[in-house]
Amino acid sequence: MSNGYVFLSIAAMAVTTYLIRMLPMAIFRKKIENRWIKSFLYYVPYVVLSAMTFPAIFTSTGSVLGAASGCAVAIMLAYFDKGLLTVAIGAAAMAFIVQFAGM
Amino acid sequence: MNLKEVKEGIKVGIPIALGYFAVSVAFGVSSVQSGVPFWGATLISLTNLTSAGQKAGVDVMAAGGSIFLIVLTTLIINMRYFLMGVSMSQKVEEKMPMWKRLLIAFGITDEIYAMSMSRSTHLTGSYMAGLIIPPIFGWTGGTLVGSVATGFMPSILAEAMGIALYGMFIAVIVPPSRRNGNVLLGVISAVILSVAFTYAPVLQIFSEWSVIIITVLVSAFMATFFPVKEGADNE
Repeated sequence: MSNGYVFLSIAAMAVTTYLIRMLPMAIFRKKIENRWIKSFLYYVPYVVLSAMTFPAIFTSTGSVLGAASGCAVAIMLAYFDKGLLTVAIGAAAMAFIVQFAGM
Repeated sequence: MNLKEVKEGIKVGIPIALGYFAVSVAFGVSSVQSGVPFWGATLISLTNLTSAGQKAGVDVMAAGGSIFLIVLTTLIINMRYFLMGVSMSQKVEEKMPMWKRLLIAFGITDEIYAMSMSRSTHLTGSYMAGLIIPPIFGWTGGTLVGSVATGFMPSILAEAMGIALYGMFIAVIVPPSRRNGNVLLGVISAVILSVAFTYAPVLQIFSEWSVIIITVLVSAFMATFFPVKEGADNE
């Protein structure tokens, strides 16, 4: 990855992200009333995170079995409403243990 | 500057900062493993202050995607901040000058937004400074630590940390899926499509674009056939 590419990519991300946050604060101060747009934006975070997480999570560590175990632990902890951090650390700890055990 | 307001903001900002620190260590590790240099990972965190958008951006970078694709991915994934900005703009002091609005806008994240909205009174610039600045340090500092430490930690530990960000995403997805069948349907559709884009030979050609395509398709489908109830507060 060339430094120029890294720098350009970061600038592109930063400017895009800031504009999204800034425009409503500075200019469009009217509430969005359109039900379709509101619904669309409501679903976006869950859909994005699901698509990013699966199946990528299974290859996110050194072993597929470790990753799958970490994933299972994460789903279980999240199901019982544990916080973001607990779930993240639980998943990593499980993946580490399984990998450490040489599986 | 109203010191009492700053202090109140900091009280809420510190716990967010600690959480961000831990998660961003994992972001730093996974970015370096994707081939992004440590300064790049740190600069991304300092200038973006968002988890999913950054991770998606790094994924595109790792695949050598175009700048156009990076902008589009960032745009789609972070679009929710637009809605948050709209409601935030109505919660800040009415007479707040433009430059303060412009600064506060930088700090709109899921957690900071949630804490701002749960405040019973309007938001002052001092309160928001206290609320936003600690998380910026936590998020950027954690990324720096994680991305620099990657080279020094045993590879098995660095590898295990690759899953931490995904764990956090699961913590965001699962609870609402449990309570709301529509969210669950959206999640399952996204997972099925994502697996198809990863493994189906025809779709693999578009794999760099998969997150955008899936997000637009599934969210549009859900918004059309399962719109959220009018008047419900969804953010």
